[in-house]
Amino acid sequence: MTVLASSATEHRGLTMALFGLFVLATLGITVWAGRQTKSASDFYAGGRGFTGFQNGLAISGDYMSAASFLGIAGTIALSGYDGFLYSIGFLVAWLVALLLIAEPLRNSGRFTMADVLAFRMRQRPVRTAAGVSTIVVSIFYLLAQMVGAGTLVALLLGAEGNAAKRWTIVGVGALMIVYVVIGGMKGTTWVQIVKAVLLIAGAALMTVLVLAKYHFNPSELLGAAASASGKGEAFLQPGQKYGSGTAKLDFISLGIALVLGTAGLPHILVRFYTVPTAKAARKSVLWAIGIIGVFYLMTLALGFGATALVGPKAIKAANAAGNTAAPQLAEALGGGTGTTGGAILLAVISAVAFATILAVVAGLTLASSASFAHDLYANVIRRGKASEKEEVSSAKWAAVAIGAVAIVLSLFADKLNTAALVALAFAVAASANLPTLLYSLFWKRFTTVGAVSSVYAGLITSVTLVVFSPVVSGAKNSLFPHSDFHWFPLENPGLVSIPAGFLAGWIGTLLSKERPDPAKYAELEVRSLTGLGAH
Amino acid sequence: MDSPPISTAATEARLIDDSEEFRTLRRSFRSFAFPVTIGFVLWYLLYVLLSCYAPGLMRTKVLGHVNVALLLGLLQFVTTFAIAAWYARYADRRIDPAAAAIRDAHGAVVHAPRESAE
Repeated sequence: MTVLASSATEHRGLTMALFGLFVLATLGITVWAGRQTKSASDFYAGGRGFTGFQNGLAISGDYMSAASFLGIAGTIALSGYDGFLYSIGFLVAWLVALLLIAEPLRNSGRFTMADVLAFRMRQRPVRTAAGVSTIVVSIFYLLAQMVGAGTLVALLLGAEGNAAKRWTIVGVGALMIVYVVIGGMKGTTWVQIVKAVLLIAGAALMTVLVLAKYHFNPSELLGAAASASGKGEAFLQPGQKYGSGTAKLDFISLGIALVLGTAGLPHILVRFYTVPTAKAARKSVLWAIGIIGVFYLMTLALGFGATALVGPKAIKAANAAGNTAAPQLAEALGGGTGTTGGAILLAVISAVAFATILAVVAGLTLASSASFAHDLYANVIRRGKASEKEEVSSAKWAAVAIGAVAIVLSLFADKLNTAALVALAFAVAASANLPTLLYSLFWKRFTTVGAVSSVYAGLITSVTLVVFSPVVSGAKNSLFPHSDFHWFPLENPGLVSIPAGFLAGWIGTLLSKERPDPAKYAELEVRSLTGLGAH
Repeated sequence: MDSPPISTAATEARLIDDSEEFRTLRRSFRSFAFPVTIGFVLWYLLYVLLSCYAPGLMRTKVLGHVNVALLLGLLQFVTTFAIAAWYARYADRRIDPAAAAIRDAHGAVVHAPRESAE
């Protein structure tokens, strides 16, 4: 750790310079986009003027977060095969979005997820529920990104970096607020596109360098990883992390949350509004599946490469959760600790990781502040009487507030693996948002009571189970390692909370006395399938 | 904003909803999306369950250090790409033309009132 830190410290100027370049370029884009952002539709949906390919890149940018880059590489590096589940679940999940959600959502909504949920329901209760759940999911997700940022700084600055770490988190938070407030959706989308290209290029470079060390023979890389892991072939088989009885259930829970979570993530859903038609929304998902799929294949090489070339001991020494495996691998690939090549590659990859974090954080802040303004402020508090200008300005204030909350929370969560943290956001999204979305779109009988119960049941169950899980207390890597009030054995609540969300929506509907309006459902159905009347 | 009275748009939508063309479109969409979703979710769950409860099968080596577990994982990537491509083709042929035809036939009627209502 100290060796690594000292060599990194010498060249941290380079990291800062590269990262500064990214910040300057994206700020330029943001200011340019801000000048063109006039109406609410510009601010929330980038004027709906992006092409399927551009939005596909932006979706990939939003999705390939610090969790994917730092977290998955780290989990594979430390737990071998079990980390691979993240890559698979994160990718397969896109089929749910492709087949069931993207096109109907694009056709029937306007700015937020709640537009679709509230389409044929009573506006205020449904928008309140959807707004709250949007903000909760986004904050979980934000937390993961900020933890990633903090870990990176700690790696670059070493033990002396504690104050620097805090300041970095504050700085990242402040920058994202600027992006969102000035650039709106148009600026944020371009930031995602730039970042996606940088991240893919960085990951591809490292993948090629890793494979080159093993004569481009994946089996040789696997063999080297297995022997460096100290666990032999078992490292390449399931069961390193999820071996015992309860842990197996945790694996299943995680698997379900990953595959059902994506299509309920608010910051991904709002991306479908930035294109003009449902067909363009479909094309953006198709591009995203291609880009994200290739990226996750590369994380496999990065993770196993980190085990083989850096070694689990050095990774754990730098960060117990493995979040620094990818930058450490970069240093090793460049020539190792203390070499100029190593320092340069470390600087480049760290800058890419910072860019990744910043962009995702901006996307999340935008989605949650949009939901605050459009759902909670305009439709619930002002009962639809707010002007467009008032609505957008409340979104900007919300961005500041949500950014501040994320900054404060993330100062406390630095021991958790970012991929595991993001998996919690997926579990909440899959429990609170997905059931309600599916019922709203495809179940004629679904009612307001059903919608509200499924959002709140999913939300409350998943968050409560997380609070009383080993993630928060009772384990070495918990948020509060010194106290123990956990009674729920699994780290990921999906196995219980997702069925709870579906069940509550169903029971709530059966118990409610209100008759759903068949005309409104007909309208939703026609609009979602044909695009008639779509914004 | 709270539940507007049934407008001409809504009545028109009901007419479209009952029409033969729309029912065909809905059937084309649902008969693809629903079974395929169930299929890939089950296929994915099978993979997750095998990872947990079939260690013997999963650790069988296929080629060098590549074992069944890794191959099944990679196969999930392959099927995801394949299903996406399959749906893209299907939607191009069976969904887009039908949706466009309905839009062309009814466009003006539903669109205008809906815009002003929001």
